[in-house]
Amino acid sequence: MKPKNPFKLDGALPLSEKALEALNHLEPSRRDFLKAAGVMMIGIGVGAATADAQNPLNPSGNVDATQIDSWVAVGADESITVFAGKAELGTGMRTLQTQLAAEELSVPVENITLVLCRTGVTPNQGLTVGSLSTMTQFGAGGLRVALDTARDALYQLAAQWLNVSTDQLVVTDGVFSISGGDPSYTVSYGQLVEGRRFNLPVNSKAVPNNPSTWKVLGQSVPRVDIPSKAKGVFQYVQKVRLPGMRHGRVVRPPALGAHVQSIDKSVLNDLAGNPQVIQINDYVGVVADTEWHAILAASALATGITWSAGDAFPNQADLYTYMTQQPSRDSLTVNSGDVDQVMASATKVITAQYRYPYQMHGALASSCAVADVRGGVGQAATVRVWSATQGVYNMRTVLSNLLRIPTANIEVVFVEGSGCYGHNGADPVTHDAALLSQAIGRPVRVQYSRRDEMTGGEHYGHPMVSNEKVGLDANGTIIAWDYVNTLMQRGEGAAIGNAPGNGIPGSLAGFPTAQVIPTTTPPNNPTTYNNFSNNVPSYVTGSINGVSFGTGAVMSQRVLNKIVASPLWTAWLRSPDRLQNTFAHESFMDEIAASLGADPIEYRLRHLSDPRFINVIKTVAQAASWVTRPSPRNITPFSQPGEGRGFSCVLYEGVDGYCATVAEVFVDVQTGIIKVTKVTTGIDTGPVINPDGLRNQMEGQVIQGISRTVYEEVKFDRATSVITSKDWVSYPVLKFGDVIPEINTVLINNLNAPVTGAGETTITTVAAAIGNAVFDATGVRLWQIPFTKENFLAAKAAQGN
Amino acid sequence: MSTYSLQVNGQSVDVSVDDPATPLLYVLEQNFQLNGPRFGCGLAQCGSCTVLMDGKPIRSCITPIEFADRHSITSLEGLRALEGLPNPGALHPIQEAFVKHQALQCGYCVSGPIMYGYAFVRDNANPTRADIENALSGLLCRCCAHSRMIDAIQSYAKENAR
Repeated sequence: MKPKNPFKLDGALPLSEKALEALNHLEPSRRDFLKAAGVMMIGIGVGAATADAQNPLNPSGNVDATQIDSWVAVGADESITVFAGKAELGTGMRTLQTQLAAEELSVPVENITLVLCRTGVTPNQGLTVGSLSTMTQFGAGGLRVALDTARDALYQLAAQWLNVSTDQLVVTDGVFSISGGDPSYTVSYGQLVEGRRFNLPVNSKAVPNNPSTWKVLGQSVPRVDIPSKAKGVFQYVQKVRLPGMRHGRVVRPPALGAHVQSIDKSVLNDLAGNPQVIQINDYVGVVADTEWHAILAASALATGITWSAGDAFPNQADLYTYMTQQPSRDSLTVNSGDVDQVMASATKVITAQYRYPYQMHGALASSCAVADVRGGVGQAATVRVWSATQGVYNMRTVLSNLLRIPTANIEVVFVEGSGCYGHNGADPVTHDAALLSQAIGRPVRVQYSRRDEMTGGEHYGHPMVSNEKVGLDANGTIIAWDYVNTLMQRGEGAAIGNAPGNGIPGSLAGFPTAQVIPTTTPPNNPTTYNNFSNNVPSYVTGSINGVSFGTGAVMSQRVLNKIVASPLWTAWLRSPDRLQNTFAHESFMDEIAASLGADPIEYRLRHLSDPRFINVIKTVAQAASWVTRPSPRNITPFSQPGEGRGFSCVLYEGVDGYCATVAEVFVDVQTGIIKVTKVTTGIDTGPVINPDGLRNQMEGQVIQGISRTVYEEVKFDRATSVITSKDWVSYPVLKFGDVIPEINTVLINNLNAPVTGAGETTITTVAAAIGNAVFDATGVRLWQIPFTKENFLAAKAAQGN
Repeated sequence: MSTYSLQVNGQSVDVSVDDPATPLLYVLEQNFQLNGPRFGCGLAQCGSCTVLMDGKPIRSCITPIEFADRHSITSLEGLRALEGLPNPGALHPIQEAFVKHQALQCGYCVSGPIMYGYAFVRDNANPTRADIENALSGLLCRCCAHSRMIDAIQSYAKENAR
């Protein structure tokens, strides 16, 4: 099932003259796209052709997602063009959406041309975040229902053409024939539609193809983008080149929060490339004719700027104490109202605190964007940007606010960057390119330096302090669970509220940043259940007004969330808060089981009620040859000292896929070095869309999870307000040559459940599984990420071990 | 302005550059419009800018253009041409192995593993898995497709040894 023409992807061409031309004259409207696809504008179905049908774009450049023509176009040449709003971030969404279209329309994968994420062209599907894209596209408002509506319309047309009822039709590769009839009596999609519009609203009740009959979905269809990426011709956003384009670099304040006091531009006097300085309040950038000249100019300019002192930072060593002492914005996710009372009646109370640091996305590519802003500000100005943003429509609104240009004049084109894992530098660098281009009225490309990316580009993942407390009855059963999590936020990215000041460039340019407003009264009890951040442990009932939404049995429960102001910029990082909360809950569950001498999996199962969850756990335990016994292990003459195994599980986001993981480790207790030697991880995300693609995601998340658990922490210096993690030496991550575990992925193909996501599910379980394995091996409990050798040895000493 | 003679993916070209310290990567990007070598860190810490110079992997982000004068440069795009294989636009066998193993996610880093893997297998027949991991030591893949990349290189090595 190998695509015939993998090089013909949108965005995958080498930069020929023709490609340059195409970039310079990118389709200004949907109409041109349809023309290019051989599609004429003639109404069929309900209603005749109207003047409006000639121009499906309304003047604001929005796409009407209620019309199937906004999602799919069938050309007279049998080509099928699909317009979708979930970006390719390296996880395979391009292939998955192509598979979905091929399946629902019963055509080969290579017949589908997929257009991704372009304002005015693709439907606005919000942001590509949170492991939600698969669920969205297969759900009631996604691509799937539009395709199924189109499929149903094609059946109706074919029934008329062939003069039979729809249930007598069979369709193969886009050609209808009559079941049991003359096989030469056929009609194709192209003949039926003849390149016209469907002119039909999306039918939200259109029925999906049954997973038990899937031919394209459910198969390991190879990723459509891998050949051109391996060949080196794939065009990332870093490789967008426009005629007349200049190169920009930013000069960020060396200390966070420092203000420009003066700029001596004479430092640029002798430099080549006609460097131009752009300053907007504390926002400073420089543009020049080539990238190298821009780099030289930026480093010279940095020596010519006098900055004030930066913001006050806490001591890194005191970060977690500092966090819990700040005024907080409080909310409750669940509150049964009886936790204090039941806790007081408990035979035994156990508490623990877990701590999670700031971490980076650490995109491998320094972020890059190209912007072409003409005409200054206001109604006459126009903007085109090429960006690896997670949301082209949000970006359009942010740029409108940042540049003071109406959204109708702004076009945002998604072009892949490197894997992003959340809100990395892709959005900020787009704002940078737009600000610099607006200042000079010419196209500008900006690619960050590694230091720009790590200290003044990306927004870090939230640090968290998790305070866990349970009460046990005489049998060791949990009867009350009380959880308080404190996390830090700053800005969260300009897509929040479409406010430029919620991102770094807009803030420097003078736009206000949303503040964390502390609450002054106790939070209200929740009225709806939302476990999107996995702050509710799996083992409680998750009850709201007497109705259980959770996966567990513990009825007395309270989850209190506290948000405090962060000195460093923050936003979503792969499995945002779900990973931090799950590290706490799943490590704590292990601690409770160990205190009772219980097997950690058996103890979990005692408190779970959800059969799908229980099935995943048992399946993974079996695949990992889990031996029932308590932790830590007994060292016997037959066992290798330092070896251990640990377990962790989650129902991701409370609704988005079940996962269980067993990690096996070797710990050198003398040096403190932790090696993860084997990981068995299983998933039930409903029907499996692409088995090999899913395994690739799970494997990547296991290794990235090890990196984040064992290596990663953003470092900063209180005295200078400087972030000192500025490159891959000062922010170490797992590299080639480090120990890579054997990974056993277990797929549970659950055809009876809805399709859910897998982009962040597995990584959510990894940290706790490793920590529990270290405890199993050594008896040392690790309450704080990362598990560096220094942190292990400190924990070992503190625990008298 | 100085002129440098480069042989890039089999084609001899003279380029004029005003600063002899200009990293080779920018010349390959701007003068040759190559998409294979990519800027990741500019510090020789990640490997995504890797090209072969006279057959040896180097980090083009820190290699001044003057050091490349009169040398042969090969990027991902040119691996087939380097071996004189027909149809230079097609995939080289090591690239085919990466496709077969679906050995990447975003793919931005892939110049590093492919170029170091290619050079290592050329010089070391029948490498073990540990040998390959060692040869790739220090390279970064942030999507963490490490296992598949090592599998792909090993399967290329086996194919190559036939």
